Amino acid sequence: MLTCLCDAFFGEVGIATVKVLEHAGCKVEFDERQTCCGQPPFNSGDWESARKMAAHAIEVLDGEHPIVTPSGSCAAMFREGYHMVGGLEMKTKVYELCEFLHQVVKVKEWPTMPSPRRVGFHRSCHGRMLGTGDTQERILSLVGNLTVVLIGDSDQCCGFGGAFSISHSATSRHIGLSKIDQLVKSGISEVVSGDMGCLMHLDGLAKKEGIPLKFTHIAEVLASAL
Amino acid sequence: MRLASTRVADARKYTLGRVFDDVDKARHYAASIKQYVLDNLAPLLTQFEDNCRANGITVHWASTAEEARKIILQLCRENSDPGATIVKGKSMATEEIHLNPTLVEAGFDVVETDLGEFVVQIDGDTPSHIVAPIIHKSRIQVAQSFQREKLGPYSEVPETLAMQAREHLRTKFQQASIGISGVNFGIAESGRIVIVENEGNNRLSTTTPKVHIALMGIEKILPRESDLPLFLRLLAGSATGQKLTVYTHLIHGPRCPEEIDGPDQIHLVMLDNGRTRVLNGPYREILRCIRCGACLNSCPVYRHSSGHAYGHVYSGPVGAVLAPAMEGVEAMGELAKASTLCGSCEEVCPVAIPIPAMLLRLRNEATAAGSTNSGIPWQVVASLAKNDRLWRAALILLPLATKLPSPWSKVRSNPERVGRDFRRWFRGRP
Repeated sequence: MLTCLCDAFFGEVGIATVKVLEHAGCKVEFDERQTCCGQPPFNSGDWESARKMAAHAIEVLDGEHPIVTPSGSCAAMFREGYHMVGGLEMKTKVYELCEFLHQVVKVKEWPTMPSPRRVGFHRSCHGRMLGTGDTQERILSLVGNLTVVLIGDSDQCCGFGGAFSISHSATSRHIGLSKIDQLVKSGISEVVSGDMGCLMHLDGLAKKEGIPLKFTHIAEVLASAL
Repeated sequence: MRLASTRVADARKYTLGRVFDDVDKARHYAASIKQYVLDNLAPLLTQFEDNCRANGITVHWASTAEEARKIILQLCRENSDPGATIVKGKSMATEEIHLNPTLVEAGFDVVETDLGEFVVQIDGDTPSHIVAPIIHKSRIQVAQSFQREKLGPYSEVPETLAMQAREHLRTKFQQASIGISGVNFGIAESGRIVIVENEGNNRLSTTTPKVHIALMGIEKILPRESDLPLFLRLLAGSATGQKLTVYTHLIHGPRCPEEIDGPDQIHLVMLDNGRTRVLNGPYREILRCIRCGACLNSCPVYRHSSGHAYGHVYSGPVGAVLAPAMEGVEAMGELAKASTLCGSCEEVCPVAIPIPAMLLRLRNEATAAGSTNSGIPWQVVASLAKNDRLWRAALILLPLATKLPSPWSKVRSNPERVGRDFRRWFRGRP
């Protein structure tokens, strides 16, 4: 599942995801009929629309093979949201990318970066809530030449929150700026995370404030070592 | 304020980790006990009432805030002279029913004796946190308030300020003919009421005056005495990061003839005020809440806005569920949107209330009721999403749409389409 954000803006993240999965020995299929998992209307309180989108996603994606998506929040939508909006269920399991690499492929090693790279890691709340623990950090720790710097208040939300980022944009900004403050304090210039929602929000804030931080999806980091 | 709530959140983690071998197991066990209470509330309340009566506690039932105010006002009038002093321990239930204005209007000298609530009262303010009512005020602001109220020579030293309040309140305790408190737990099998506190003001409020009136939400029941050790530790740890509060009062009944102090009468007012409605609806688990405030301290939105922004007695994540659940989404549904759904509230909750899922459900209910609107035509988006060609056409236009001024772009730069298009790349692969 590409995710709607990667479909609209961040195609490279989708490309990196395919490369990473293929390196891990998987055969990747992509069904052109897929669109969006329905999380945005679910989060905004329009469950009727969310249900329609969920039904479409199930129709297109459900089958024999596991579904992998470069987003903790989309995976959470499939796994928990579908049940809430009206008892819908994907029979096949939907995994967040690193969760899949860790739990299913059981990746034990990863190539080394061409040159040393130092990044901070932002654990998205949905990544945390999926119960996948620190799988993203674990996968990153396999990459040679990559240093992951610990960030203060790492469990704190970035303030994105989907609909919240629009309905309460001022508070969303304040929360995001404290996160950016912690990122800057940790002395890094690049931030890695597993959800484009968080990254897009933080990147937008940093650009607006003129703070030179680079935001990269974890799939792109993994792919850059290949 | 942000620093204060962060500190309490850190203390919580530290203390609970030391008190319990497995914090999550303790939380889920406590949740199951409170859920049992909710699922068996009617018989437990009957048992509790019978045992309270046997202990000499007079039980009153109030189905609304107004009824509760009337009962308490009547009790105050019957048991004191006009204009008498009433001392109050900290109680969110009395805040919920807006008790003080009623008593003040009736001519009583109502005095909040919890230090934080005392400051709230002299400032004509409202509490901004269910455990730490003046978390929004600085030491200097308190010093200025004390100077204005002529409580003693100006000082910014916390200990001095506390002593000034203590001296002022001591006289009030001696004068008071009635003491009013809340209740943390009511134990069904024994009919005892439990109050926890740190300052000793509740002890004075409930033992010095001749009459003690306690206001208790009907959901605050625990089935057994043996449930108490778990809940006392979970409450103290979650609320303030203490292993136990400084004082724990187990009130069995009025003063026995052989006892030297204690009230002659104890009146327990059982408050419904929308709780039965919540109990019978989809948000019933919120009634497991033991008012520890941990979800406020851990919430990024609460930390960055303060309790007053919620516009309700109960603020933070629990308030964002409780307020619309009790008063209806028509009036309070907007509150459900005041969350990033980061999940920290559920993770710290000592009774494991699934707050994020409830907020999502409330958003849907509020939208369906027409009391809130995300401003995005999701119906249209959903029709597009069912057809990938239409979807693709819309996606091409999306980056243009994001160029328009929006609440998003007011505080952030807009996302740009970067790099290759995934679909084209995938299709073009050998």
